[in-house]
Amino acid sequence: MTAVPRRRMVPAYLATGGRSRPGTEGFERLTVLFADRAEPPTGLEPEHRRLWELLRPGALTVVEAAAHLRLPVSATVFLAADLVEAGCLHARAPIPPAQQTDRSIVERLLVGLRALR
Amino acid sequence: MDSVRSGDRAGDPVDQPVGRPADRSADQPDRVGYLPDRDQTLMKLVVAGPFGVGKTTLIRTLSEIATLHTEEAMTETGRPVDDLAGLPEKTHTTVAVDFGRLTLPGNVVLYMFGTPGQRRFFPLWQDIARGALGALVLADTRRLADSFEIMDMVEEQGLPYAVAVNCFPDAPVHSVEVLRAHLDLHPATPLLLCDAREREASLDALIALAEHVLDALPAAASTATQERP
Repeated sequence: MTAVPRRRMVPAYLATGGRSRPGTEGFERLTVLFADRAEPPTGLEPEHRRLWELLRPGALTVVEAAAHLRLPVSATVFLAADLVEAGCLHARAPIPPAQQTDRSIVERLLVGLRALR
Repeated sequence: MDSVRSGDRAGDPVDQPVGRPADRSADQPDRVGYLPDRDQTLMKLVVAGPFGVGKTTLIRTLSEIATLHTEEAMTETGRPVDDLAGLPEKTHTTVAVDFGRLTLPGNVVLYMFGTPGQRRFFPLWQDIARGALGALVLADTRRLADSFEIMDMVEEQGLPYAVAVNCFPDAPVHSVEVLRAHLDLHPATPLLLCDAREREASLDALIALAEHVLDALPAAASTATQERP
């Protein structure tokens, strides 16, 4: 019996489940994802393309992208990491590196909440 | 978040829990609430508590986007005694985690995650709470003890927290002192009465939490104890 090339039975995002993928360590729920070009990259797999298209108009966090795509967060991280690696997408940490004192961050939260009151 | 379902994800492309409004789909990008800037500081608080205590209501009250949810894989601890007892064949179980977003003056975006209050969700709780500044624990006067489990989990995680008693119209009214005693709260832990349907009351709960988080931090230079990747 010879193997006939065919579409895989398991969606891409499930195919990645269970193995650890290098390059995903920096991602978390609130990592901000954004695309920086208007034209879609060529040759993307459908799930990657859905993520890229979602982010075409603007920036979203990983968890928001996951919710809109109805994918698990872990699967969304895989896709995002692939796209970042390929140079199609940018990712940044939720808190810019220059702002990392806990106290100043919580103070900003408090000031912001009080301003809404 | 409280809807626990069981099923094979691969065969379940339309993954909407019963009783939830249909989510905005990726096919309708005009309805996606994009972040206005790319340089904002994103912060996370968790809203925790037992089933039906009003976590999603509070998040919905404050969120500027329609609340979203993700499907999270549930770990199997405590399996024999949970809701899934009638579904012994299923191996893939997910729990929906609701969240919302609130942009604050000062280039801050606050994300609020509703987190399950049961011990069997502890690994999921830890994952969601990682990097959170604090937790708002919701309680219901008709079943205060139901919040003990999540308070234990929050303490184990080392997160500062405040307790908001969500005042349901038909629930018995108790004084703050009585509630504090029943909940066995540390004297420094804030306790508020709240109506999760009301914006100002919900904001006040978050303000009390933020004040408490600030009090819990060392006054001097940063000694970061939480992961900030």
